[in-house]
Amino acid sequence: MSKNYTRMGDGSPVELTDAELRKDLEDGANDAADRGKVPSLTEEDYKYLMELFQRKDRFVGVDVGNEVVLTYDEGTLKLKRHALLEDRLQALTIYERLFGADTIELCHVDYSYKPVKPIVGYEQGSLEMALLMTHAPLLYGAMPNLGLYTQPDGPCPNPMELLPQGKIKEARESYEAIIKDSVKDIVFASAAMHESGADGINFDTVGASGDPDFLASLLAMEQLTTKYPGMAIEMGMAGEFVLGTHGDLYYDGTRLAGLYPHGQVVLAEKAGATIFGPVVNTNTDRSIPWNLARTVVFVRACSKAAKIPVHANMGMGVGAVPVWDYPPVDVLSRASKALVELCDLDGL
Amino acid sequence: MGMAIAHAQASGMGGMRTAGDLVARVQLAKGLRIREAKQYVADRLHISVIDLVDPVIMSEVRAELGLGIMMPLGKTPKGVECKFNIERLLGFEMNCLKTFKVNAGLA
Repeated sequence: MSKNYTRMGDGSPVELTDAELRKDLEDGANDAADRGKVPSLTEEDYKYLMELFQRKDRFVGVDVGNEVVLTYDEGTLKLKRHALLEDRLQALTIYERLFGADTIELCHVDYSYKPVKPIVGYEQGSLEMALLMTHAPLLYGAMPNLGLYTQPDGPCPNPMELLPQGKIKEARESYEAIIKDSVKDIVFASAAMHESGADGINFDTVGASGDPDFLASLLAMEQLTTKYPGMAIEMGMAGEFVLGTHGDLYYDGTRLAGLYPHGQVVLAEKAGATIFGPVVNTNTDRSIPWNLARTVVFVRACSKAAKIPVHANMGMGVGAVPVWDYPPVDVLSRASKALVELCDLDGL
Repeated sequence: MGMAIAHAQASGMGGMRTAGDLVARVQLAKGLRIREAKQYVADRLHISVIDLVDPVIMSEVRAELGLGIMMPLGKTPKGVECKFNIERLLGFEMNCLKTFKVNAGLA
Protein backbone atom coordinates (compact mmCIF):
# COMPACT_ATOMS: atom_id res chain seq x y z
CA MET A 1 0.00 0.00 0.00
CA SER A 2 1.47 3.37 -1.02
CA LYS A 3 1.87 6.02 1.60
CA ASN A 4 1.49 9.75 1.37
CA TYR A 5 4.39 11.90 2.53
CA THR A 6 3.31 14.83 4.66
CA ARG A 7 4.13 16.38 8.03
CA MET A 8 2.94 16.83 11.56
CA GLY A 9 1.99 20.25 12.93
CA ASP A 10 5.52 20.70 14.29
CA GLY A 11 6.93 20.17 10.81
CA SER A 12 8.34 16.69 11.35
CA PRO A 13 7.83 14.28 8.41
CA VAL A 14 5.17 11.56 8.57
CA GLU A 15 3.74 9.04 6.11
CA LEU A 16 0.01 8.32 6.03
CA THR A 17 -1.92 5.63 4.18
CA ASP A 18 -4.93 6.76 2.17
CA ALA A 19 -7.20 5.56 4.97
CA GLU A 20 -5.19 7.42 7.60
CA LEU A 21 -5.16 10.54 5.43
CA ARG A 22 -8.92 10.46 4.95
CA LYS A 23 -9.50 9.90 8.68
CA ASP A 24 -7.27 12.85 9.62
CA LEU A 25 -9.09 15.09 7.16
CA GLU A 26 -12.49 14.05 8.53
CA ASP A 27 -11.42 14.37 12.17
CA GLY A 28 -9.93 17.83 11.64
CA ALA A 29 -12.92 19.11 9.71
CA ASN A 30 -15.42 17.73 12.19
CA ASP A 31 -13.50 19.20 15.13
CA ALA A 32 -13.84 22.69 13.62
CA ALA A 33 -17.47 22.16 12.64
CA ASP A 34 -18.29 21.01 16.16
CA ARG A 35 -16.48 23.86 17.92
CA GLY A 36 -17.62 26.62 15.55
CA LYS A 37 -21.12 25.26 14.91
CA VAL A 38 -20.48 25.64 11.19
CA PRO A 39 -20.81 23.24 8.23
CA SER A 40 -18.08 20.60 7.84
CA LEU A 41 -16.45 19.63 4.54
CA THR A 42 -18.32 18.16 1.59
CA GLU A 43 -17.40 14.98 -0.30
CA GLU A 44 -16.05 17.22 -3.08
CA ASP A 45 -13.78 18.98 -0.56
CA TYR A 46 -12.44 15.63 0.69
CA LYS A 47 -11.70 14.58 -2.90
CA TYR A 48 -9.77 17.84 -3.48
CA LEU A 49 -7.76 17.46 -0.27
CA MET A 50 -7.06 13.73 -0.79
CA GLU A 51 -5.65 14.47 -4.24
CA LEU A 52 -3.66 17.40 -2.89
CA PHE A 53 -1.85 15.22 -0.34
CA GLN A 54 -1.50 12.24 -2.71
CA ARG A 55 0.41 14.37 -5.23
CA LYS A 56 4.16 13.82 -5.31
CA ASP A 57 4.96 17.44 -6.17
CA ARG A 58 7.38 19.17 -3.87
CA PHE A 59 5.58 22.47 -4.46
CA VAL A 60 2.07 23.29 -5.64
CA GLY A 61 0.20 26.50 -6.44
CA VAL A 62 -3.27 27.82 -7.17
CA ASP A 63 -4.72 27.38 -10.64
CA VAL A 64 -3.98 30.30 -12.98
CA GLY A 65 -6.62 32.94 -12.34
CA ASN A 66 -7.05 32.10 -8.66
CA GLU A 67 -4.18 34.29 -7.42
CA VAL A 68 -4.84 36.57 -4.45
CA VAL A 69 -3.35 39.65 -2.85
CA LEU A 70 -0.77 39.26 -0.10
CA THR A 71 -0.46 41.45 2.98
CA TYR A 72 2.20 40.99 5.66
CA ASP A 73 2.67 41.39 9.36
CA GLU A 74 5.95 42.54 10.89
CA GLY A 75 7.01 43.38 7.34
CA THR A 76 10.37 45.04 7.85
CA LEU A 77 11.06 43.20 11.10
CA LYS A 78 11.27 39.79 9.43
CA LEU A 79 14.39 40.74 7.51
CA LYS A 80 15.94 42.39 10.55
CA ARG A 81 15.60 39.26 12.66
CA HIS A 82 17.89 37.44 10.24
CA ALA A 83 20.64 39.88 11.27
CA LEU A 84 20.83 41.28 7.76
CA LEU A 85 22.62 44.59 7.59
CA GLU A 86 19.86 46.53 5.90
CA ASP A 87 17.68 49.49 6.73
CA ARG A 88 13.90 49.24 6.89
CA LEU A 89 13.57 51.27 3.69
CA GLN A 90 15.80 48.78 1.91
CA ALA A 91 13.74 45.95 3.35
CA LEU A 92 10.61 47.43 1.80
CA THR A 93 12.20 47.62 -1.63
CA ILE A 94 13.44 44.02 -1.26
CA TYR A 95 9.89 42.87 -0.52
CA GLU A 96 8.52 44.86 -3.41
CA ARG A 97 11.09 44.10 -6.08
CA LEU A 98 12.48 40.69 -5.09
CA PHE A 99 9.74 38.91 -3.14
CA GLY A 100 6.82 39.71 -5.45
CA ALA A 101 4.95 41.40 -2.60
CA ASP A 102 1.60 42.94 -3.49
CA THR A 103 1.78 45.20 -0.42
CA ILE A 104 4.55 46.21 1.96
CA GLU A 105 4.52 46.99 5.66
CA LEU A 106 6.72 49.31 7.70
CA CYS A 107 7.04 48.53 11.39
CA HIS A 108 9.05 49.31 14.49
CA VAL A 109 11.23 46.59 16.01
CA ASP A 110 9.10 46.68 19.19
CA TYR A 111 5.99 45.80 17.19
CA SER A 112 3.36 47.41 19.46
CA TYR A 113 1.44 50.71 19.43
CA LYS A 114 2.48 51.76 22.93
CA PRO A 115 6.25 51.98 22.23
CA VAL A 116 5.56 53.64 18.85
CA LYS A 117 3.82 56.57 20.57
CA PRO A 118 6.93 58.38 21.92
CA ILE A 119 8.86 57.95 18.65
CA VAL A 120 6.01 58.50 16.23
CA GLY A 121 7.68 61.54 14.66
CA TYR A 122 10.66 59.41 13.65
CA GLU A 123 8.32 56.73 12.30
CA GLN A 124 6.47 59.33 10.24
CA GLY A 125 9.73 60.54 8.72
CA SER A 126 10.73 57.01 7.78
CA LEU A 127 7.32 56.29 6.31
CA GLU A 128 7.31 59.47 4.24
CA MET A 129 10.77 58.64 2.86
CA ALA A 130 9.67 55.09 2.08
CA LEU A 131 6.65 56.39 0.19
CA LEU A 132 8.95 58.30 -2.15
CA MET A 133 10.89 55.26 -3.29
CA THR A 134 8.34 52.45 -3.34
CA HIS A 135 5.39 51.61 -5.59
CA ALA A 136 3.21 49.07 -3.75
CA PRO A 137 0.65 50.10 -1.12
CA LEU A 138 2.52 50.74 2.14
CA LEU A 139 0.90 49.81 5.43
CA TYR A 140 2.11 50.67 8.91
CA GLY A 141 1.65 47.83 11.37
CA ALA A 142 1.82 47.14 15.09
CA MET A 143 0.05 45.11 17.77
CA PRO A 144 -2.39 46.42 20.42
CA ASN A 145 -0.40 44.25 22.88
CA LEU A 146 -2.32 45.01 26.07
CA GLY A 147 0.26 43.15 28.10
CA LEU A 148 2.45 46.26 27.97
CA TYR A 149 -0.01 48.19 30.13
CA THR A 150 0.40 46.07 33.28
CA GLN A 151 2.70 46.81 36.20
CA PRO A 152 5.66 46.98 36.53
CA ASP A 153 6.05 48.02 32.85
CA GLY A 154 2.70 49.83 32.63
CA PRO A 155 0.28 51.74 34.83
CA CYS A 156 -2.34 49.08 35.66
CA PRO A 157 -2.39 46.13 38.07
CA ASN A 158 -1.80 42.83 36.28
CA PRO A 159 -5.11 40.99 35.86
CA MET A 160 -3.21 37.71 35.43
CA GLU A 161 -1.91 38.15 38.97
CA LEU A 162 -5.26 39.27 40.35
CA LEU A 163 -7.32 36.44 38.88
CA PRO A 164 -5.52 33.58 40.68
CA GLN A 165 -6.14 35.47 43.93
CA GLY A 166 -9.86 35.43 43.23
CA LYS A 167 -9.90 39.19 42.68
CA ILE A 168 -12.17 39.01 39.66
CA LYS A 169 -13.73 42.44 40.11
CA GLU A 170 -10.32 44.09 40.47
CA ALA A 171 -8.97 42.21 37.45
CA ARG A 172 -11.88 43.33 35.31
CA GLU A 173 -11.50 46.94 36.46
CA SER A 174 -7.83 46.81 35.54
CA TYR A 175 -8.65 45.46 32.07
CA GLU A 176 -11.20 48.24 31.58
CA ALA A 177 -8.55 50.87 32.44
CA ILE A 178 -6.08 49.16 30.10
CA ILE A 179 -8.61 49.27 27.25
CA LYS A 180 -8.98 53.05 27.64
CA ASP A 181 -5.20 53.63 27.63
CA SER A 182 -4.53 51.31 24.71
CA VAL A 183 -7.27 52.81 22.54
CA LYS A 184 -5.66 56.24 23.00
CA ASP A 185 -2.26 54.90 21.94
CA ILE A 186 -3.57 52.94 18.93
CA VAL A 187 -5.55 55.94 17.70
CA PHE A 188 -2.66 58.36 18.27
CA ALA A 189 -0.06 56.33 16.40
CA SER A 190 -2.40 55.18 13.61
CA ALA A 191 -3.70 58.70 12.98
CA ALA A 192 -0.14 60.03 12.71
CA MET A 193 0.88 57.36 10.19
CA HIS A 194 -2.33 57.84 8.21
CA GLU A 195 -1.76 61.59 8.03
CA SER A 196 1.79 60.94 6.83
CA GLY A 197 0.42 58.94 3.93
CA ALA A 198 0.22 55.29 4.96
CA ASP A 199 -1.99 53.44 2.50
CA GLY A 200 -3.31 51.37 5.37
CA ILE A 201 -2.87 50.54 9.03
CA ASN A 202 -2.42 46.96 10.20
CA PHE A 203 -3.78 46.01 13.61
CA ASP A 204 -1.86 42.78 14.05
CA THR A 205 -2.21 39.94 16.56
CA VAL A 206 -5.52 41.31 17.80
CA GLY A 207 -6.96 39.45 20.76
CA ALA A 208 -3.60 38.23 22.07
CA SER A 209 -4.68 39.40 25.54
CA GLY A 210 -8.21 38.11 25.06
CA ASP A 211 -11.49 39.96 24.82
CA PRO A 212 -10.09 43.29 26.20
CA ASP A 213 -7.53 43.28 23.39
CA PHE A 214 -10.23 42.64 20.78
CA LEU A 215 -12.50 45.34 22.22
CA ALA A 216 -9.69 47.92 22.34
CA SER A 217 -8.97 47.26 18.66
CA LEU A 218 -12.63 47.55 17.66
CA LEU A 219 -13.05 50.81 19.58
CA ALA A 220 -9.84 52.27 18.14
CA MET A 221 -10.91 51.29 14.65
CA GLU A 222 -14.31 52.87 15.16
CA GLN A 223 -12.72 56.17 16.29
CA LEU A 224 -10.23 56.20 13.43
CA THR A 225 -12.69 55.46 10.65
CA THR A 226 -15.10 58.05 12.04
CA LYS A 227 -12.37 60.71 12.04
CA TYR A 228 -10.89 59.57 8.69
CA PRO A 229 -13.65 58.17 6.46
CA GLY A 230 -12.21 55.73 3.96
CA MET A 231 -9.12 55.00 6.07
CA ALA A 232 -7.91 51.48 5.32
CA ILE A 233 -7.39 49.23 8.34
CA GLU A 234 -6.53 45.55 8.30
CA MET A 235 -7.35 43.57 11.42
CA GLY A 236 -5.32 40.39 11.83
CA MET A 237 -6.20 38.13 14.74
CA ALA A 238 -3.97 36.39 17.27
CA GLY A 239 -5.90 33.14 17.64
CA GLU A 240 -8.95 31.30 16.40
CA PHE A 241 -10.96 31.88 19.56
CA VAL A 242 -11.34 35.11 21.54
CA LEU A 243 -10.29 34.23 25.06
CA GLY A 244 -12.53 35.57 27.82
CA THR A 245 -9.78 36.98 29.99
CA HIS A 246 -12.32 39.59 31.15
CA GLY A 247 -15.35 37.55 30.18
CA ASP A 248 -18.04 40.21 30.21
CA LEU A 249 -17.15 42.56 27.37
CA TYR A 250 -19.49 43.35 24.49
CA TYR A 251 -19.34 45.24 21.20
CA ASP A 252 -22.60 46.30 19.59
CA GLY A 253 -24.44 43.90 21.86
CA THR A 254 -22.31 40.88 21.04
CA ARG A 255 -20.27 39.17 23.74
CA LEU A 256 -16.67 38.96 22.61
CA ALA A 257 -15.46 36.00 24.65
CA GLY A 258 -15.76 32.78 22.69
CA LEU A 259 -16.13 34.26 19.22
CA TYR A 260 -14.70 32.23 16.36
CA PRO A 261 -13.57 33.83 13.06
CA HIS A 262 -17.04 33.91 11.46
CA GLY A 263 -18.29 35.92 14.43
CA GLN A 264 -15.18 38.08 14.70
CA VAL A 265 -15.38 39.29 11.11
CA VAL A 266 -18.92 40.62 11.55
CA LEU A 267 -17.79 42.88 14.41
CA ALA A 268 -14.65 43.93 12.55
CA GLU A 269 -16.86 45.09 9.67
CA LYS A 270 -19.13 47.03 12.01
CA ALA A 271 -16.12 48.78 13.54
CA GLY A 272 -14.85 49.83 10.11
CA ALA A 273 -12.25 47.23 9.12
CA THR A 274 -11.26 47.14 5.45
CA ILE A 275 -9.62 43.71 5.53
CA PHE A 276 -10.01 40.93 8.10
CA GLY A 277 -7.35 38.32 8.85
CA PRO A 278 -8.71 35.19 10.55
CA VAL A 279 -6.40 32.86 12.44
CA VAL A 280 -6.71 29.12 13.02
CA ASN A 281 -4.03 27.72 15.29
CA THR A 282 -1.87 24.78 14.23
CA ASN A 283 -1.95 21.77 16.54
CA THR A 284 1.58 20.31 16.68
CA ASP A 285 0.35 16.87 17.82
CA ARG A 286 -1.81 16.43 14.73
CA SER A 287 -0.90 16.02 11.08
CA ILE A 288 -0.99 18.87 8.57
CA PRO A 289 -3.95 17.21 6.75
CA TRP A 290 -5.88 17.28 10.07
CA ASN A 291 -4.89 20.91 10.62
CA LEU A 292 -5.64 21.96 7.06
CA ALA A 293 -9.12 20.42 6.98
CA ARG A 294 -9.86 22.08 10.31
CA THR A 295 -8.57 25.45 9.05
CA VAL A 296 -10.61 25.25 5.85
CA VAL A 297 -13.83 24.73 7.82
CA PHE A 298 -13.24 27.73 10.09
CA VAL A 299 -11.92 30.08 7.39
CA ARG A 300 -14.59 29.18 4.85
CA ALA A 301 -17.29 30.05 7.40
CA CYS A 302 -15.52 33.36 7.99
CA SER A 303 -15.21 34.11 4.28
CA LYS A 304 -18.91 33.35 3.76
CA ALA A 305 -19.91 35.64 6.62
CA ALA A 306 -17.71 38.49 5.35
CA LYS A 307 -18.57 41.40 3.09
CA ILE A 308 -15.02 42.82 3.28
CA PRO A 309 -11.90 41.10 1.88
CA VAL A 310 -10.58 38.23 3.98
CA HIS A 311 -6.81 37.62 4.16
CA ALA A 312 -6.22 34.44 6.17
CA ASN A 313 -3.17 34.38 8.40
CA MET A 314 -0.78 31.70 7.18
CA GLY A 315 2.45 32.27 9.03
CA MET A 316 4.44 29.99 11.26
CA GLY A 317 2.01 28.13 13.53
CA VAL A 318 -1.29 29.31 12.04
CA GLY A 319 -3.37 28.45 8.99
CA ALA A 320 -2.14 24.83 8.83
CA VAL A 321 1.45 26.04 8.50
CA PRO A 322 3.77 24.06 10.80
CA VAL A 323 5.07 25.57 14.03
CA TRP A 324 8.54 25.95 12.62
CA ASP A 325 10.42 29.13 11.74
CA TYR A 326 11.21 27.93 8.22
CA PRO A 327 8.12 25.98 7.18
CA PRO A 328 8.78 23.27 4.56
CA VAL A 329 7.37 24.32 1.20
CA ASP A 330 5.70 20.96 0.53
CA VAL A 331 3.06 21.49 3.22
CA LEU A 332 3.11 25.30 3.15
CA SER A 333 2.31 25.45 -0.56
CA ARG A 334 -0.46 22.84 -0.14
CA ALA A 335 -2.01 24.85 2.68
CA SER A 336 -1.68 28.07 0.66
CA LYS A 337 -3.41 26.57 -2.40
CA ALA A 338 -6.17 24.80 -0.49
CA LEU A 339 -7.11 27.73 1.68
CA VAL A 340 -7.33 30.15 -1.25
CA GLU A 341 -9.29 27.78 -3.47
CA LEU A 342 -11.60 26.12 -0.94
CA CYS A 343 -12.37 29.22 1.12
CA ASP A 344 -12.84 31.75 -1.68
CA LEU A 345 -10.24 33.97 -0.08
CA ASP A 346 -9.33 37.48 -1.15
CA GLY A 347 -5.78 37.33 0.13
CA LEU A 348 -3.33 35.90 2.58
CA MET B 1 11.58 34.69 4.72
CA GLY B 2 11.09 31.49 2.82
CA MET B 3 7.50 31.63 3.95
CA ALA B 4 6.74 34.98 2.31
CA ILE B 5 8.42 33.91 -0.91
CA ALA B 6 6.67 30.53 -0.95
CA HIS B 7 3.24 32.12 -0.50
CA ALA B 8 4.02 34.65 -3.22
CA GLN B 9 4.88 31.81 -5.60
CA ALA B 10 2.00 29.53 -4.58
CA SER B 11 -0.85 32.03 -4.36
CA GLY B 12 0.26 35.65 -4.74
CA MET B 13 -0.55 37.94 -7.65
CA GLY B 14 3.09 38.90 -8.16
CA GLY B 15 3.26 42.48 -6.90
CA MET B 16 4.73 44.96 -9.36
CA ARG B 17 5.94 42.12 -11.58
CA THR B 18 2.27 41.97 -12.56
CA ALA B 19 -0.72 43.98 -11.31
CA GLY B 20 -0.73 42.70 -7.72
CA ASP B 21 0.05 46.09 -6.22
CA LEU B 22 -2.75 47.72 -8.22
CA VAL B 23 -5.35 45.16 -7.15
CA ALA B 24 -4.15 45.53 -3.55
CA ARG B 25 -4.64 49.30 -3.79
CA VAL B 26 -8.21 48.81 -4.90
CA GLN B 27 -8.88 46.36 -2.06
CA LEU B 28 -7.50 48.81 0.48
CA ALA B 29 -9.16 51.91 -0.94
CA LYS B 30 -12.55 50.47 -1.81
CA GLY B 31 -12.80 47.36 0.37
CA LEU B 32 -13.60 45.23 -2.67
CA ARG B 33 -13.31 41.47 -2.61
CA ILE B 34 -10.81 39.88 -4.95
CA ARG B 35 -12.98 39.28 -8.01
CA GLU B 36 -14.40 42.80 -7.99
CA ALA B 37 -10.98 44.33 -7.30
CA LYS B 38 -9.40 42.43 -10.19
CA GLN B 39 -12.23 43.39 -12.53
CA TYR B 40 -11.91 47.06 -11.51
CA VAL B 41 -8.20 47.13 -12.36
CA ALA B 42 -8.67 45.15 -15.59
CA ASP B 43 -11.35 47.59 -16.73
CA ARG B 44 -9.16 50.60 -15.97
CA LEU B 45 -6.24 49.03 -17.85
CA HIS B 46 -8.44 47.81 -20.72
CA ILE B 47 -7.08 44.27 -20.44
CA SER B 48 -8.60 40.95 -19.42
CA VAL B 49 -8.56 39.75 -15.80
CA ILE B 50 -6.26 36.84 -16.62
CA ASP B 51 -3.67 39.29 -18.01
CA LEU B 52 -3.33 40.91 -14.58
CA VAL B 53 -1.08 38.09 -13.38
CA ASP B 54 0.95 37.73 -16.56
CA PRO B 55 4.41 39.28 -16.01
CA VAL B 56 5.10 39.53 -19.75
CA ILE B 57 1.92 41.40 -20.61
CA MET B 58 1.97 43.49 -17.45
CA SER B 59 5.59 44.55 -17.92
CA GLU B 60 4.62 46.08 -21.24
CA VAL B 61 1.46 47.66 -19.85
CA ARG B 62 3.30 49.09 -16.85
CA ALA B 63 6.13 50.47 -18.97
CA GLU B 64 3.70 52.08 -21.39
CA LEU B 65 1.63 53.69 -18.64
CA GLY B 66 4.50 54.58 -16.29
CA LEU B 67 3.26 52.42 -13.42
CA GLY B 68 6.68 51.24 -12.26
CA ILE B 69 8.71 48.35 -13.64
CA MET B 70 11.15 45.88 -12.17
CA MET B 71 14.25 47.25 -13.90
CA PRO B 72 13.75 51.00 -14.27
CA LEU B 73 16.59 52.38 -16.33
CA GLY B 74 17.14 56.04 -17.18
CA LYS B 75 14.22 58.38 -17.88
CA THR B 76 11.62 55.91 -16.64
CA PRO B 77 9.18 56.80 -13.85
CA LYS B 78 10.21 55.51 -10.43
CA GLY B 79 8.71 55.53 -6.93
CA VAL B 80 6.44 58.45 -6.22
CA GLU B 81 6.43 59.48 -9.89
CA CYS B 82 4.68 56.21 -10.72
CA LYS B 83 2.15 56.79 -7.95
CA PHE B 84 0.83 59.87 -9.74
CA ASN B 85 0.29 57.75 -12.84
CA ILE B 86 -1.33 54.99 -10.77
CA GLU B 87 -3.68 57.46 -9.06
CA ARG B 88 -4.76 58.90 -12.39
CA LEU B 89 -5.25 55.43 -13.84
CA LEU B 90 -7.21 53.97 -10.94
CA GLY B 91 -9.40 57.04 -10.63
CA PHE B 92 -9.40 57.65 -6.89
CA GLU B 93 -7.31 59.74 -4.51
CA MET B 94 -4.49 57.73 -2.91
CA ASN B 95 -3.67 58.53 0.69
CA CYS B 96 0.06 58.13 0.05
CA LEU B 97 0.05 61.21 -2.19
CA LYS B 98 -1.95 63.58 0.02
CA THR B 99 0.91 64.71 2.27
CA PHE B 100 3.35 64.65 -0.63
CA LYS B 101 1.17 67.03 -2.63
CA VAL B 102 0.93 69.44 0.31
CA ASN B 103 4.68 69.32 0.98
CA ALA B 104 5.53 69.75 -2.70
CA GLY B 105 3.16 72.68 -3.10
CA LEU B 106 0.92 70.70 -5.43
CA ALA B 107 -2.22 70.98 -3.29
